[in-house]
Amino acid sequence: MTLGLYPGCSLKGSSREYTESVLAVTKACGIELIEIEDWNCCGATAAHNLNKELSLALPARILSLAEEQGLTEIVVPCAACYGRLTVTKHEIAEHPELKESITKANGLKYEGNVGILNIIQMIDKYITPNLEGRIIKPFEHKVACYYGCLLVRPHGILQFDREEDPQSMDELMLKSGATPIDWAFKTECCGAGLSVSRTSSVGRLSGEIMKDAVDRGAEAIIVACPMCHSNLDMRRGAINDYLGKEIDVPVLYATQVLGLALGIDRKTLGLQRHFVAVNI
Amino acid sequence: MSSEAHQSVLSGLAGEVLEHTGVKANSCYQCGKCSAGCPLSGEMEYPPSYVMRILQTEDAELEEKILRSFTIWVCLTCEMCYSRCPMSIDIPKMMDFLREKSIREGKANPRAKKIIAFHKSFLDSIRTTGRLYEVGLLVDYKARTMTLMQDMVLAPKMLSRGKLNIFPELIKERSKVSKIFSRSTKKNK
Ligand code: SF4
Ligand code: SF4
Repeated sequence: MTLGLYPGCSLKGSSREYTESVLAVTKACGIELIEIEDWNCCGATAAHNLNKELSLALPARILSLAEEQGLTEIVVPCAACYGRLTVTKHEIAEHPELKESITKANGLKYEGNVGILNIIQMIDKYITPNLEGRIIKPFEHKVACYYGCLLVRPHGILQFDREEDPQSMDELMLKSGATPIDWAFKTECCGAGLSVSRTSSVGRLSGEIMKDAVDRGAEAIIVACPMCHSNLDMRRGAINDYLGKEIDVPVLYATQVLGLALGIDRKTLGLQRHFVAVNI
Repeated sequence: MSSEAHQSVLSGLAGEVLEHTGVKANSCYQCGKCSAGCPLSGEMEYPPSYVMRILQTEDAELEEKILRSFTIWVCLTCEMCYSRCPMSIDIPKMMDFLREKSIREGKANPRAKKIIAFHKSFLDSIRTTGRLYEVGLLVDYKARTMTLMQDMVLAPKMLSRGKLNIFPELIKERSKVSKIFSRSTKKNK
């Protein structure tokens, strides 16, 4: 089967191992992902902070391109892009008067009928039903599933999982052979939007997250968002400074864990690209 | 909009917020859950429930303080407040509006300079290439804020791990993306 793919900017740059693992896992499960042609950046936090119209027009262009290219359902692995696209689709549906100015700005038709899946929804819908007998290398470790903000909020619009104590990633980890732990920071904010401009805040926010996970015995943190990953992995220096100790617990994408469990080799899944070495 | 009755009683900034975001400041009953859950409360001069209270007063002087506050810029739109508010008040949406207005009126808090510079560098990168070019973004941001060394320690490690693109990815219809920008920013002036 085939599905559309909106990778987004991080997955083409600093988080390419996320793309690698998404592609490896879908390929192993017989799903072909077709990248939306000529996609643009969704505008992320910057656009909606500074300019509302832009924050809707940029994601709308992406959805219009998908429509034009005959993609009826797309998967958006980046939680931030997933949020922006879903919120835009919702806003335009709720306020039809926006459609005209947005289609004019973009010069493209917009119907609003493309299905948008985040990575966990895609796996739940198309991969887990056929997983039986395929987990050949169970990931036998205690893991803390970290959902962050944008995968589950705002719940009224996304309608995905629960906004407090979500479970979907924990269930996926169970199926991959891991033992998800109960912990308190599943949906706390890592400080993504301030990563560069206020690194000290990130050290504190991400530090508290790491601390709780480690105190409760997690051997790895599992994420489904490139922003969460870079804050917990690349910014580990700021976290260690904040906590006053060295923490070497690695941060893996859910797709990397699933890939390992499916028997895909570490390099194909991009594990060597992490800052904090994956020694488990 | 369900209760039209509220609309007539809100004026000033609260009225504008209502008009542009649908957020009704007077439905807040000051339970404080938003501020308790907000991960950035400690770095704000007015945590979210304070902002709501100030809007309720419709006091022009206090409203001015909100537009000039650091609060609105350090808010990360993490949506925690919204998800916990018993009245479902969309505070993050309101923050977006307040930020936009604050910039437009030249009232942005000086302490937020770096945060705003980062957003601007980010948007400029998309404006020219259609996609975010991380190296370009950092260089542009560093130039704007004169913080050249701060993140450069990460660069060699990122390069050796294949995490930095030396060249930007250019989309074909770049001019169309720039056009989206000029349209939306024109309206804002
Ligand atoms: S949670 Fe809602 S009702 Fe409670 S103080 Fe905050 S905005 Fe007001
Ligand atoms: S969205 Fe802003 S105000 Fe609300 S909890 Fe997050 S940081 Fe605080």
